[in-house]
Amino acid sequence: MDRGADIGQTLRTLAPQVLGALVRHHGHFDACEDAVQDALLDATVVWSERGIPESPKGWLITVASRRLADRWRSETARRRREATVAALESSEHPAPPAPAVDDTLALLFLCCHPALSPPSQVALTLRAVGGLTTAEIARAFLVPEATMAQRISRAKAQISAAGARFHLPEHERQERLGAVLQVLYLIFNEGYVATSGLDPHRVELTSEAIRLAREVWRLLPGDGEVAGLLALMLLTDARRPARVRSDGALVPLAEQDRRRWDRSLMREGSALITDTLSRAQVGPFQIQAAIAAVHAEASRAQDTDWPQILALYDLLAQSSTNPIVLLNRAVAVAMVHGPRAGLDLLAELDADRSMSIHHRLHAVRGHLLERAGDRVAARAAFDEAIRRATSIPEKRYLQAQAVRLANHGDAQN
Amino acid sequence: MKFMLLIWSNPANWDALTPAEQETLEGDASSEHAALDVALIGSGELVVSAALADPVTTRTVRVRGGVVASTDGPYAEAKEHLVGYYLVDCESLDRATAIAAQIPDARWERVEIRPAMDVAGLEM
Repeated sequence: MDRGADIGQTLRTLAPQVLGALVRHHGHFDACEDAVQDALLDATVVWSERGIPESPKGWLITVASRRLADRWRSETARRRREATVAALESSEHPAPPAPAVDDTLALLFLCCHPALSPPSQVALTLRAVGGLTTAEIARAFLVPEATMAQRISRAKAQISAAGARFHLPEHERQERLGAVLQVLYLIFNEGYVATSGLDPHRVELTSEAIRLAREVWRLLPGDGEVAGLLALMLLTDARRPARVRSDGALVPLAEQDRRRWDRSLMREGSALITDTLSRAQVGPFQIQAAIAAVHAEASRAQDTDWPQILALYDLLAQSSTNPIVLLNRAVAVAMVHGPRAGLDLLAELDADRSMSIHHRLHAVRGHLLERAGDRVAARAAFDEAIRRATSIPEKRYLQAQAVRLANHGDAQN
Repeated sequence: MKFMLLIWSNPANWDALTPAEQETLEGDASSEHAALDVALIGSGELVVSAALADPVTTRTVRVRGGVVASTDGPYAEAKEHLVGYYLVDCESLDRATAIAAQIPDARWERVEIRPAMDVAGLEM
């Protein structure tokens, strides 16, 4: 590995530990976060000249502490808060000893504070815990850097205003953990849905989400949903080499070249979810991982154990009213009981406004109508899906389906 | 998710109002636009915003068989024209709707919300 990549990886691993050490010592998450970003930039410059120091973490804590003192000093010049500076200077080299507890979780809990909107939680998590620069995050989300910088600084201000504490009381931790897992899954999906060639930056979000999920799993190995989320990410990411053609076109699961699936990721994900299901209290991420594992077991699409998948969707639907879950369940019903049974379930989803304006409902209807032999209605459903799609690759895929049906119809007439 | 908020204007509707009605509706539109800009920059949701000049200033460009032809003036005698837009990157359609409702023009014209196409896609 070249020195640049080596440094990048080291910095991203250490970023939350350094930030955690500073926040525990000084409080003021907002100021500490800025100071750590400064220190990371310093390290990138200095280390690429002189190499990584013997104790990179100590180096970063020392530099970040100095940066924090600098920031407070210039702040104080305006506000005359001499006492704070004096306190900071008396601990000129505070470099607290390596913490016995890992602060990564506390930081994640802070970044996923309920006062923040999901896009803000995502941005702040990537910067404060992931150690990514604002420019990298902005590129990944295709927004101007100024927009992302503002989103992050607003998020930090909102956390301060909400009076958030670095260490959560025990009874709030479980609830907040749910928000953390949602944010990690959002980050993963943001990267996973990127199609190759169009935007390589976003793929990095996938590996970043997996890295963070591994970190949370290491800290909370007994939590079934943490393991479930990690397994779900591994099993989904394993399909990535097969899900997009070289020209950027999407390949549906049933048509993927399964030899291109990443077997080692699948093995790891399957082993993890199998082990977890045998001992933990079951939850939605575990069920979704189990579904992905059933798909992974089939070496050909026609070998898929659909009754098993349907049973898992039934279980998932008990605890979720998410219409996308119900839509996926309708697909499983169609695979087990025939397309008409699936179409009946879709009719129920039409009443849901958020779903009836969603292209996926119409795309699934098109597929099921085609399987039921009604090509004219299938074509109409795909046309509706095309109009509703807000993703260029999905629209291209749906257009190809509509063209295929039209050609097929011509050949028959 | 990115949404384009398009502000459409129909001068005939505006001209049909009495001056008193116009005054009530318009309020202090320019300072409201400025305040909305500041708020959206502050929340990290604004990608770009602009007001557009009068349609009379339009230049229309067509390329046919590799030949560029440009004409001055809008494409057609449309009753409505675009007067401005906001491109925002926000949490949801509901949030975009809330932003659109803060655009002062929504009180006498109409604001259309259109999702921007994403370059990413799910397995179908």
